[in-house]
Amino acid sequence: MDFLAEARWSPYLVGIGIGILSWLTFLISQKPLACSTTFAKSSGMIEKALRGKKVADKPYYKEIKLDIDWQFMLVIGIILGSLISALLSGDFKLQWVPSLWAGTFGSAILPRFIGALVGGIFLGFGARWADGCTSGHGISGTMQLAVSSWISAIFFFIGGIITAQIIF
Amino acid sequence: MPKTTNKNKNQLIWGLVFGIIFGFLLQKGGVTKYDVIVGQLLLTDHTVLIIMLSAVLTGMIGLHSFKAFGLIKLAPKSGSIGQNVIGGLIFGVGFALLGYCPGTIAGAIGNGYLDAITAGLAGILIGAGLFAALYPRLRPKILKVGYFGDLTLPRLFKVSDWVVVIPVALLIFLLLLFLR
Repeated sequence: MDFLAEARWSPYLVGIGIGILSWLTFLISQKPLACSTTFAKSSGMIEKALRGKKVADKPYYKEIKLDIDWQFMLVIGIILGSLISALLSGDFKLQWVPSLWAGTFGSAILPRFIGALVGGIFLGFGARWADGCTSGHGISGTMQLAVSSWISAIFFFIGGIITAQIIF
Repeated sequence: MPKTTNKNKNQLIWGLVFGIIFGFLLQKGGVTKYDVIVGQLLLTDHTVLIIMLSAVLTGMIGLHSFKAFGLIKLAPKSGSIGQNVIGGLIFGVGFALLGYCPGTIAGAIGNGYLDAITAGLAGILIGAGLFAALYPRLRPKILKVGYFGDLTLPRLFKVSDWVVVIPVALLIFLLLLFLR
């Protein structure tokens, strides 16, 4: 079982693994791998806890429903699975500033904190606007040959590549 | 109805199990790391694209086979130009700044990355909440522009699934060879 303790696997193998995992989620749960709705639900549930039940009446939250569902558990599972993998290989590390960021913007925490916060706002907003993210559209939707997903996936990368070229 | 409750509970457990496998694979692939994701957007490291394309190739052939045997129903998302083009670009800006996406940020949290669990996660929650607040105004205007519904490529070209699956599979395969 040494391979479980390796820090990196071939990206081709990892991709094939995720493809086969998609077969299983469809066969067993009738669902695609997808993540971003869970963040909208979490946001709604936090707002509901702070501001009361009327938050759940917002049209968007009525559509997606503020509950703990299959996808919510999937996202919690991702945290656990990544943690297990990182602990097995010794790759777990408490780190504030990634090295690529530090190379350009320095290793101070505050600039990275602000960058991640602003980036997160765009990401969360854009994922809801496009109705999916890199997993829901980028992997699960494109493999179903959905037009919405191919367009989204292409524009995720167009937006991402242009932004990365500007900031680095 | 205890039966449905049990079924739902089983599905929640399945969700968790699939998530653990997904997170394990993402971490082993290196895509829980900011440097790998931004490396892809800077076009210096093609790990993200290789993982995505290998997954799409494998998944696409499997799902369309299962569909042909009547084992599953596909669930393509409906969309529009206003939704997927503009939303995609906004997402892309965040993708580059944050360096994680909604799935990989969960993986990054598991990997111990503190920028992910604090500012990154808070940002995504704020962004999603902002969208929910603006949704009633966005929906009738921008989100419906160029609406095409839950269209798939085979239906767009009015051909059977395999007429699209086979060339797309070949194209992805060639792209994977090229990225190697």
